[in-house]
Amino acid sequence: MAGSVSSRAWRRRAASAGFCLLIAAILFYTLFPFYWAIVSSLRSGSELFSISLLPLHPAWGNYAAVFRDEPFARNIANSMLVASLVVLIALALSLGAAYALGRLRFTGRRTLLMTILGVSMFPQIAVLSGLFALIRTLGLYDTPWALVLSYLIFTLPFTVWVLTAFMHDLPRELEEAAIMDGARPVTIIRRIFLPLLAPAMVTTGLLAFIASWNEFLFALTFTLTPEQRTVPVAIALISGASAHELPWGRIMAASVIVTLPLIALVLAFQHRIIAGLTLGAVKG
Amino acid sequence: MRVLEKIRPERDDRQSSRSGARPAAALARRRRVTAAAFLAPMLGVLAVVAAWPLLHTIWFGFTNAELGGGPAQFIGLHNFASLLADPGWWRSVVNTLIFAALSVALEAALGMVIALALNRRFPGRFLVRAAVIVPWAIPTVVSAKLWAWMLNDVFGIINAVLVDLGLLGRPVAWVAAPHTALFSVVLVDAWKTTPFVALLLLAGLQVIPGELYEAAEIDGARPAQTFFSITLPLLRPALLVALIFRTLDALRVFDIIYVIAGDNPASMSMSVFARQQLVEFQDVGYGSAAATLLFVVVAIVTVIYVRAGGLWQEA
Repeated sequence: MAGSVSSRAWRRRAASAGFCLLIAAILFYTLFPFYWAIVSSLRSGSELFSISLLPLHPAWGNYAAVFRDEPFARNIANSMLVASLVVLIALALSLGAAYALGRLRFTGRRTLLMTILGVSMFPQIAVLSGLFALIRTLGLYDTPWALVLSYLIFTLPFTVWVLTAFMHDLPRELEEAAIMDGARPVTIIRRIFLPLLAPAMVTTGLLAFIASWNEFLFALTFTLTPEQRTVPVAIALISGASAHELPWGRIMAASVIVTLPLIALVLAFQHRIIAGLTLGAVKG
Repeated sequence: MRVLEKIRPERDDRQSSRSGARPAAALARRRRVTAAAFLAPMLGVLAVVAAWPLLHTIWFGFTNAELGGGPAQFIGLHNFASLLADPGWWRSVVNTLIFAALSVALEAALGMVIALALNRRFPGRFLVRAAVIVPWAIPTVVSAKLWAWMLNDVFGIINAVLVDLGLLGRPVAWVAAPHTALFSVVLVDAWKTTPFVALLLLAGLQVIPGELYEAAEIDGARPAQTFFSITLPLLRPALLVALIFRTLDALRVFDIIYVIAGDNPASMSMSVFARQQLVEFQDVGYGSAAATLLFVVVAIVTVIYVRAGGLWQEA
């Protein structure tokens, strides 16, 4: 009897040790690559090729070089401008649309919702040459406006979809009194729905911002000069003296600069983001 | 899919039955007008930035258009016929399918392990959950660069560690060698998107009632039994949603492959192939035809997905 109890205790201890190992493995897997980028960004010259795990002699040269030798400050400004404008336009357009789709009953509403969901599934490459033609016709090639325009393809369906779901969940009584008083829809949206939807709009806007900030294919194709590039394109195209000696320290420094604020944002809003992702279940 | 259920109409019927037939008709008409007015700006923008470019791309596929070239001429199915005879295209199709199957399977497996671990109570759980989100918060291009650096043939830490441990005789050029290029990008994609799958699955796990597990424990079920007869069936909807979204994303993959391996034919996806034709070779007609075929593939998968979504709702 005593033997079986102690063997059960032993087994439990082994299981919990195994669980600790599993958690350690998960942490190592998810965190090590970015940790290694930070370490590498603090190394210069031949030290970059050391594989010791601690940056014993941190060197900030790579960070200075990114801003000195590349228009990286300009690239960050471009990304901020494009992503902010896209979020503002997408939210403004989708608020009214979400009111119509979430609160009004009309024929074809479901079909419309499914079509909008379908647009968010578009492979970006399928609109690339058509968009390129449109952007050249409008004279927007190699400007941030080309990106603002094209990013609405993947942000707008997402914001409409998520805001519609939120709007649909609000109780009907909310607007009934206002309708009785003869309030117009615009007033109802502004006075009643906007304040209630503010948290949802923050979440949706944040996710749309991240998607725009990270976009690569359109930015790579619709910009040409280094000054017009956004951050992902700038990082992807940082090059050294020859194709075979990429300045890895510099690439890692640029990567760390643009990723730290994103990680901070995501961690600060993690509960809302998880809710938004689960609701929209739109791209990762 | 949860969204779809919520959006199902049921509340507006009350109103029409309460007031008579004629005011109801007038009300319905007014609602239609209001809806149209609120939808018009959004639909107008989508028509300009999505519908028109898509139709234009499809049209380009039937022409011999070139970047900066003269006026395009209609050449019928010529581009599509050449594509179907182009071994480069078929290689990219096979690569994309292998990439999608492997990366989605890997993400589902890893995501499941992480979700099950995070579903247990342990001290510091919220910190671990925050750590799991980190790869998702890192821009795709940056994750591609992080891994390209770790996988570097000469200076990469992965080669260094594997050689030190004696697991490799000499360093491997992971992203350049034909046999490992595709596998490398699968690993990077899995790293980047596992958090998304894990969080979706975790959300699914957390709504499974605890009593079910208590009952299973009383009945003396083993952990594996509990997993296969309780957890997995109840997690099916969340798992399917995650798998389908990931599959659609994987089929159109561009960033990770382009940044890590460039135009290496061993790992080229359909999107990378189409862009190479469009931009590098300036063959807008041929590239657009390739893009159109990819669009058709994704559209078919999407339709299957929407159908399946409808089925889950009935169930």
